[in-house]
Amino acid sequence: MTAPPAPSLVVRGLAYAYPDGRQALYGVDFRVERGERVAVLGPNGAGKTTLVLHLNGILSGGLGTVEVAGLAVRPGDRDALREIRRRVGIVFQDPDDQLFLPTVRDDVAFGPANLGVRGVELDRRVRRALEAVGMGDVAGRPPHHLSFGQRRRVAVATVLAMEPEILVLDEPTSNLDPASRRELAEVLRGLDVTMVLVTHDLPYAMQMCERSVVLSDGVVVADGPTGQVLQDADLLRAHRLELPYGFDPRSVPEVTRG
Amino acid sequence: MHRLPAHVKVVALLGFVLVVVATPREQVWAFVAYALMLAVVAAVARVPAGFVLPRMLVELPFVVFALLLPLVATGPRVDVAGVSLSVHGLWAGWNVLAKGTLGVFAAILLAATTEPRALLVGLQRLRVPALLVEIASFMVRYVDVVSDEMRRMRIARESRGFHAGHVGHVRVLAQAAGALFIRSYERGERVHLAMLSRGYTGALPVLEEGGASAAAWRLAAVLPAAALAVGATAWVLA
Amino acid sequence: MHVPDGFLDAPTSVATAAVAGAAVAVSLRMARGELDERAAPLAGLTAAFVFAVQMLNFPVGVGTSGHLMGGALAAVLVGPWTAVLVLSVVLAMQALLFADGGLTALGINVVLIGLVTVAVGWTVTKLVLALLPRRPASVVPAAFVGALLSVPAAALVFVGLYAVGGAADLPLQALAATMVGWHVLIGLGEAVITALTVSAVVAVRPDLVYAGRHLQPALELRGADGRVPDQVPAEPDATPDRRRRTGGLVAVGLAVTLLLAGVASFYASGSPDGLEHVAEEQGFLDTARDHAFGDLPLADYGDVGGIPVGLAGLLGVAATVLVGWLVFRLVASRRPDRPAATSDDRERV
Repeated sequence: MTAPPAPSLVVRGLAYAYPDGRQALYGVDFRVERGERVAVLGPNGAGKTTLVLHLNGILSGGLGTVEVAGLAVRPGDRDALREIRRRVGIVFQDPDDQLFLPTVRDDVAFGPANLGVRGVELDRRVRRALEAVGMGDVAGRPPHHLSFGQRRRVAVATVLAMEPEILVLDEPTSNLDPASRRELAEVLRGLDVTMVLVTHDLPYAMQMCERSVVLSDGVVVADGPTGQVLQDADLLRAHRLELPYGFDPRSVPEVTRG
Repeated sequence: MHRLPAHVKVVALLGFVLVVVATPREQVWAFVAYALMLAVVAAVARVPAGFVLPRMLVELPFVVFALLLPLVATGPRVDVAGVSLSVHGLWAGWNVLAKGTLGVFAAILLAATTEPRALLVGLQRLRVPALLVEIASFMVRYVDVVSDEMRRMRIARESRGFHAGHVGHVRVLAQAAGALFIRSYERGERVHLAMLSRGYTGALPVLEEGGASAAAWRLAAVLPAAALAVGATAWVLA
Repeated sequence: MHVPDGFLDAPTSVATAAVAGAAVAVSLRMARGELDERAAPLAGLTAAFVFAVQMLNFPVGVGTSGHLMGGALAAVLVGPWTAVLVLSVVLAMQALLFADGGLTALGINVVLIGLVTVAVGWTVTKLVLALLPRRPASVVPAAFVGALLSVPAAALVFVGLYAVGGAADLPLQALAATMVGWHVLIGLGEAVITALTVSAVVAVRPDLVYAGRHLQPALELRGADGRVPDQVPAEPDATPDRRRRTGGLVAVGLAVTLLLAGVASFYASGSPDGLEHVAEEQGFLDTARDHAFGDLPLADYGDVGGIPVGLAGLLGVAATVLVGWLVFRLVASRRPDRPAATSDDRERV
């Protein structure tokens, strides 16, 4: 495949077992083109977070390969890893794992500072990232003084400040009230990045992503337009996926790319 | 004193302690002078005695040792209040007591005026190898986690009637220690993953510029310079 | 056992500081082979752990208590080179933030608690491991013995340092006997705590125990259809040459020991030590000569048989090291080297 630009993400044959022996991935093939928004769906224990941790080289040592915008993820290669971690921004499920500095500004500055950004440029990035998530006025506050939804958004800002090419979000809507959920959707909609959304929240996937991949027991069992995946009742039932009460995927318009 | 950059304080402290240790022990007046200097610094920095004194207990085993020296050391002896004491031992005990205590006092003053994180940045400025500073920064982070977990586990144990009283209880404590290690590690692991994902490579990122001004260096130099004056005099007189 | 300022005289403090500095510098280089990206926080945690646990006293008998030193534990968990760094960091932080241990005595404390315990603990652990079946659980008894011996070894070195640079002459044999005896008991406590801690960690997270890293069975990976896929070829940056690292460890140990022996012997007082002085004065010297080894050359660290003290020290150390090294080489060469294709723990999580 030589059509420019390079696909954002290519995962081939990824298999992995944790140190205590539990195998989590049994051979995953997964591909995301530039600008796509893909949802990764699956029951608990399917291997979704394990997959996510491979995308920037945090987990490695199993079988298979991962390529980010053409760069192979190789754990020993520190320079390549640094570039990959700039390109792939992962927002983890628990914002408190990601906010560990005294003020919001320090946390958002941490990422670009590690990339060598200093002074005026650093301040500019911090300001832009916070404004993109609507948190521009809390820069001086300690993170634990914010509400959960606000902390979620600040966590997104800490990653945005690195100006990534691909944004990976692990369960972004868990524990969010409906208003915060909507606000986050608006923020994400406005970003110009390739997006991978790992979630249980099927309506959110419907709302945000034109394509969905279903991961179950460590392998990919479905890959197609979100509406199509969610309307396949047998598929959903076989892999412990359930639509929320009253939600009919046929009743909402499919989201399109762009 | 609190506002001086950490690396300046560390260098000043080191200078002071070196002079103290090099001073011949027979010049008792010099040590009194050093103690007064530290007391002045403590007053200026508003470090209360209640903060300093309990922390000086860390020295206790060596104080005991210093007090025993005159009794067990060899060499010519002298009679003090009916007890035969070794002259060498008396001087040696005084040596240990004076220099050790002054060192402790000075270090406590450093600790009282310096945040651990600031200290690490200071060490990094002093070109301490990056790997050591990195380990130290994780250590500082984890000490809170470990102490907190230790406290919780101790409460859980004691609520069920356990008190560390004799050697057999070592087993319980040690098993708790293993669990503590894993729990602490896993608690910190997720934060570390997030740090790695944001490009952390081991060096503490410089979030804002913070060098030390010449004035700061001059201020910090007062203590070791004064000590040096006393020490040099003591050397000359000895 | 954190020595304060002014406890030992200047030449000794400087010499030990030099030894400590050299050891830390070497460890910094060698630790790169042990540490991967995830292991630095593990080292920090080990440091925090050793620090926190060193504050616990446990009873070792009537009216006395001891505290954990942690050198053997650190070595088993993160490897010997990193353990030296870990303990150095702990000691430095204790000196700077808690006034526990004099700043000018940092070299001494690093040598005693950082170097000796790690070196003895690790060497003994590896020796015992070589004799046991290759299973992660074997690390536990190995760590027990390593920790047990590391503590009295440190006590011995302490006595040696005191003999060289201590403030007042104390009867050395008596001091040695008391210190070593006491520290064997402390070593027992340390051994128990080390072994149990390691066993708890090995049971749940064997990937966190450095000493057991080559003892884990190789993972099998299967495709979704049960087929066993071919192994992925090894990473371009292959495992660093283990023999070279072990050789480095031995070389450094040898150099440090010889330096200590040579320097220490040079400074050791030419005049008879405390006990002998008393013995001479009181005319007990002849009785002393009846001591068991009295007829062997070198037994009396004086000018017996015309061999000066320094040389005697050097020869004694050299003999010990030679014997130890021979045993280690014999034992190490019996273990087959692992094939390169099998997945190394360093590449995994």
